[in-house]
Amino acid sequence: MTAMQIIFLITAAVMLGSAFMVVTTKNLVHAALWLIVTLFGAAVLFATLNAGFIAVIQVVVYIGAIAILFIFAVMLTRRTMSETGAGLNPNWWLSAAIAVILFGGLAWLLRGWDGFSKAAPALPSGFDSVGALSQALVSPEAYVLPFEVASVLLLAALVGAVYIAFQKKGEE
Amino acid sequence: MDFWSNPVQAAGVWLTGVFAGWGMNADAAGILTAFIGILALISVVMVLDIFLVWTERKIVARFQDRLGPNRVGPFGLIQPFADIIKLIIKENIYPIGVDKVVFNLAPVLMMMSVLLLWAVLPLAPVLFGVDLNVGVLYLIGVGSLGTLSIIMAGWSSNNKFALLGSFRQVAVMISYEIPMVVALLIPTVLSGKMGVNEIVQAQEVWYIVLAPLAFLLFLISATAELGRAPFDLTEAESELIAGHHIEYSGMKFGLFYAAELLHTFTFGGLIAAFFFGGWRGPWVEQVPMLGLLWFFIKATIGYWIFGWIKYTMPRIRIDKMLDLNWKFLVPFSFVLLMFIALMNELLRDTSFYAIGMFLSNILFGWVTLEILRRRARGEREKLEGAKHNDHVVTTSVVHSD
Repeated sequence: MTAMQIIFLITAAVMLGSAFMVVTTKNLVHAALWLIVTLFGAAVLFATLNAGFIAVIQVVVYIGAIAILFIFAVMLTRRTMSETGAGLNPNWWLSAAIAVILFGGLAWLLRGWDGFSKAAPALPSGFDSVGALSQALVSPEAYVLPFEVASVLLLAALVGAVYIAFQKKGEE
Repeated sequence: MDFWSNPVQAAGVWLTGVFAGWGMNADAAGILTAFIGILALISVVMVLDIFLVWTERKIVARFQDRLGPNRVGPFGLIQPFADIIKLIIKENIYPIGVDKVVFNLAPVLMMMSVLLLWAVLPLAPVLFGVDLNVGVLYLIGVGSLGTLSIIMAGWSSNNKFALLGSFRQVAVMISYEIPMVVALLIPTVLSGKMGVNEIVQAQEVWYIVLAPLAFLLFLISATAELGRAPFDLTEAESELIAGHHIEYSGMKFGLFYAAELLHTFTFGGLIAAFFFGGWRGPWVEQVPMLGLLWFFIKATIGYWIFGWIKYTMPRIRIDKMLDLNWKFLVPFSFVLLMFIALMNELLRDTSFYAIGMFLSNILFGWVTLEILRRRARGEREKLEGAKHNDHVVTTSVVHSD
């Protein structure tokens, strides 16, 4: 077994364990903290795939912004120090079934894929992965359309947030 | 000569050889050497941290017209060691209702988020942890771990003041992250690189000359990110007692304190690397390790600037502080980024590149100040007119209640 495989197995085990804790722990803030561990595991996986840029973006966006907003929202809306109610609601079997179906579907789709047994090709030394990614994001042959659509979506969300928070003049 | 041009690498190669000589396989020997390297870097940084306590207390003493620690050892140099012994032998107190795991994890994470920054700081041309090609983003990502630890401390303490302090800190850090990212983008745009060492290498002319406004922007947002006065609302002794670390005692409080000082020094190092040319200085080409000296001199100057600001400015109210960020710094930073990118493209190949960039920055700053002055004058006239007519003060003055 190579060092990469050992790192992958440890990371995957940590991610699965913490993801399980997210859905089973009763304390919402603890759930958010376990979620951060899971997201960090995803960043580690990106880093082992030579995608340093995506790994760092994962930490900045998901841990630095989204998870912190989660915690913020939980703290503002609940009496957080007490464990509130059960961790599971009566529909838990439905979501478990959907999760199993999703996993089964993905496994079925990937059954003929030959990537499982292949090692990632080594990048040539001095390969500028960030440059290649940024070229791909603005090149018409690659991802410029999805990139622009995502920007428009974010802009719309921004305008919507401003509209909701905006106080009209003379209205107290 | 080979040893003196790169002693750390030479030591690493020698150590790997020794381990291999003991019959260890090459991979394991490499990993073990890397671990020893990390341990050495962290130890040096932590010892530096001990002396930062002394420096900080001496600086604040000078600003407040007193002597500072001067009893234990020459110039009070042994004082931090006495402090540490006192902190370690103090009782470990857990208030009622504390979430023990999170409570204990928070100070460790705080210290960790600072130490992780040192992984990408280039101390000398050949002396850095890793030369990450996304170094600038990495710095931002690690900073968010610091925010997380403050929330964890505030929430787990089961104390309203601690929670309020961490709420404030989150509001401040999320807001001030935007101008800070943009301020770090400007060295990236100027050098065309995202690795910190590459940015230092590209600084033929220090970026404080090419982009003094970006330096100011970074200084302001970094002060907020560090949670130091005038932006130390998370602690705010007079309102929140001590904010997020109110319930911590002994060495756990000590870790918060040490992390704050080391964080400040690290940001001094970042200022040095991004705007003062990092390890660049005379004779570095002949003796690369001399870069270490230049880097630490520049980082200490940055640290001193932060201390200077901290001990001369009164604390700003939270709404004023967020106003300053969202209504001034954010739009300012976006326009500045576009302006500098444009000027950089226009002037890059001309003979007056440096002076042109400097003058265009001055022009930009002057125009900004002029716009602000006009606007302030307009507001004031509106206010005086309203007072004159014996009206109630309008909503634009009383801030959102």
